[in-house]
Order: sequence, then structure tokens, then C-alpha cells
Amino acid sequence: MVDPLEIKRILSVIPDPEIPVISIEELGILRDVRVEGEQITIDITPTYSGCPAMKVIEQDIVSLLHEKGMDKVKVNLIYSPAWTTDWITEGAKEKLRKYGIAPPEKSTVDKGTLTGKPKNLSCPRCGSKHVEMVSQFGSTACKALYKCLDCKEPFDYFKCI
Amino acid sequence: MANKAALFNYILRLADTNLVLGHRLSEWSGHAPYLEEDIALTNIALDLIGQANSLLIYAAKVEGKGRTEDDLAYMRNEREYYNSLLSEQPNGDFAQTIVRQFLSDNFDVLLYESLSKSTDETLAALAAKGLKEATYHLRHSRAWVERLGDGTEESHNRTQNALNQLWRFTADMFAMNPDDKDLVKAGIATDLEKMQPTWLKNVEQIFVKANLTIPANAWQQSGSREAKHSELLGFLLAEMQHLHRTYPEAKW
Repeated sequence: MVDPLEIKRILSVIPDPEIPVISIEELGILRDVRVEGEQITIDITPTYSGCPAMKVIEQDIVSLLHEKGMDKVKVNLIYSPAWTTDWITEGAKEKLRKYGIAPPEKSTVDKGTLTGKPKNLSCPRCGSKHVEMVSQFGSTACKALYKCLDCKEPFDYFKCI
Repeated sequence: MANKAALFNYILRLADTNLVLGHRLSEWSGHAPYLEEDIALTNIALDLIGQANSLLIYAAKVEGKGRTEDDLAYMRNEREYYNSLLSEQPNGDFAQTIVRQFLSDNFDVLLYESLSKSTDETLAALAAKGLKEATYHLRHSRAWVERLGDGTEESHNRTQNALNQLWRFTADMFAMNPDDKDLVKAGIATDLEKMQPTWLKNVEQIFVKANLTIPANAWQQSGSREAKHSELLGFLLAEMQHLHRTYPEAKW
């Protein structure tokens, strides 16, 4: 019987299809791995209900484990508890910033996230806090579009939910 | 244990409304007033279709007759669709799309708040997820209602006109079936009649702020609970279902 932790280690290399600098584990999409004899069950959860990356992630998981000789793999889509940006690891937030995406602020109960003015949001390129929201909706379901008023660059903000 | 057929129908109503409204919004793709708004409307469409997808998977499971979510979405005709009448109303001008969305987002936020406490675990989980999205959608549509209603003479007139056009379909959202009483009693479904005054208070508050007036004594059209629709739905389904029905075995 394979150790679930070993499987988790194998899966930790799978990148998010839309933000390839962070893995599905760092993003908090990979929720659980269970092993019963030959049968391996993996729980994943979507960031947003309509996230089109889920099918790709499921296929990536199945094909990677097949390569390692594990054939009986079942991927479950679970909805509870609902995904939150609080599950994104600190290390992954730094990777997002370096990639040009402002990471979500820590607490989802921050009132600032409701009015669209997160308190500590800074430009991922120049670090300026002099930023402005362009649109609540960005290039993917999980991001909003901002611009920096100092270096003038537009950037994505990983919105808090 | 609540009646299985009643639960199946209840989930279909939730799913169909999301699917039809999501499809309507997707019609804006490439046509919205400017790029950011195009992305916003299609993002919301994606969330709604995603919610419909999860609900239809659950509906298929509850029904237990081997149908899939795709069978339910693509192989039912308009007299088997239970979406709200509001959701099928055409996009019209931008004001009409925004007012339709605002009325609907307000409904969804209250519905999901309540359903997230449902005794049905799957519905509760999907509602908790949907609530985060609906809250975000409402922020967008509310901002537009305020901006358009209290904007120029042109934007105000168009928004007031949209409200006059759409108000007659709002009572239909709250209509309940006789079976719903059992579902409400079992803690599964939301009592929509109890929810309506809160919804009215919430939308009225913003309309006042936006200088808009709810039409007085407006005739209310009903029918969605009996799957009775306007002809608009047939055209929408024809477009949405065409590909699947032409190539039923096609796989992506």
C-alpha cells in the first residue's frame, strides 16, 4: 500500500494550469489523499464554481499517478468547506508577487475587501501602495484588475474570498 | 425524508435559473460597452454556469435515473425548464442587463445565506460557495444601478425604463410549490415568502439612493413553477442546445 503522504508529495509538483508558478497544493485546491488497498482517492475543491481549470487539474492528477504505476485513481470534486484565499500558503503568496500578481491579503473578513479597497495592497512591481482598481473582474475568475498610479503598470490582484 | 421528486424539482429550479441567466450574460461576450465590462459580465456568467453545473450533477444524483448533468441541461425542452421568468428576459440595453442582474443578485445573496444552513449537506455546501460569488456579483450590479440611475438623463431614463419592464417578473422568483412546504419543514428549502420582504427592503434602499422608482401596482406575471415560460426561453434553449443535440456523442 502506498503512503498517502508520498502521493501528496508526488502531486505537489502539479502546477495550477492558469497560474503555473504555484502548485495546486500551495493554492489549497488539493484537499485530501486517501488510500485503500489499490484504490487511491483524491479530493480537490474549486476556487470558483465555474473554474474551467478543474477538468485539467483532474486529468493532470490521474496521468501523473498513472506514470508512477498507480492505476486505480479516483478524483472527487468537493465543495465543503468552501475554498478560501486564506488557504494559499505564505510561500506561494511570495511566488505570486514575483510573478506579477498581487497576492490576497490575509483575512477574508477585512472590510476593505468588500469595498474593493484592500488596505495593504501594493503594486507587485514597484511596491507602491498608490494603486487603483480598474475592474472587479480580471483575467480569471479569481482575480481583479488594478493599476499602479506610480509606475503606471496594470496588474492582477488575487481577490480575497 | 422529504419527497425525492420534490427535492429533484427544487434543485432543478435553482440550477435552471443560474444556467439560463448565465447563458444570457454570455451573450454579451464580445459585445459589452468596453473591455473590462465584457470580462466582468462573462466572469459572472461563468460563475452562474458553474453553480448550475454543480446543482445539475446533484439533481441527476437525486433523480437516480442515470441521467447526467449534460442530459439535464441539453435534452430538456422549455416546458421542462423551471428557471425564473426574470432570468430569461433578454439583455436589452446595458441598463436592462444591469437591473435584471441587480434584482437577481439580491435574491441569490439572501437565498444562499439561508440555504447555506440547509439540512441537506450538498445544498448547504453549494450555497456557501455560491454566496461568496453572489456577494461579489451584487457589489458590481449595485454599483452600476447607482451610477446609471443617478447619472445622466439618458442613463436614468434607460434604467428606470428597465425597472418598469422587469418589475412584473419579480414576484415569480418567490413563488412556491405545494411540495415546498414539506421541504421547508424539513429544513432543506428556503421559505421564499418569508424572504420576500427583506429582498424588497434591500432593493428599495438602493433604488431610492439611485433616484429610481419601483412601479406602483404593477401586474405580476407568474408561471415558472409550472414550467410555463415566454417564447424567449425556446429561442435561448435552441441556441444553447443546438450543438449537443446535433452531435450527441461529441466529447471535448
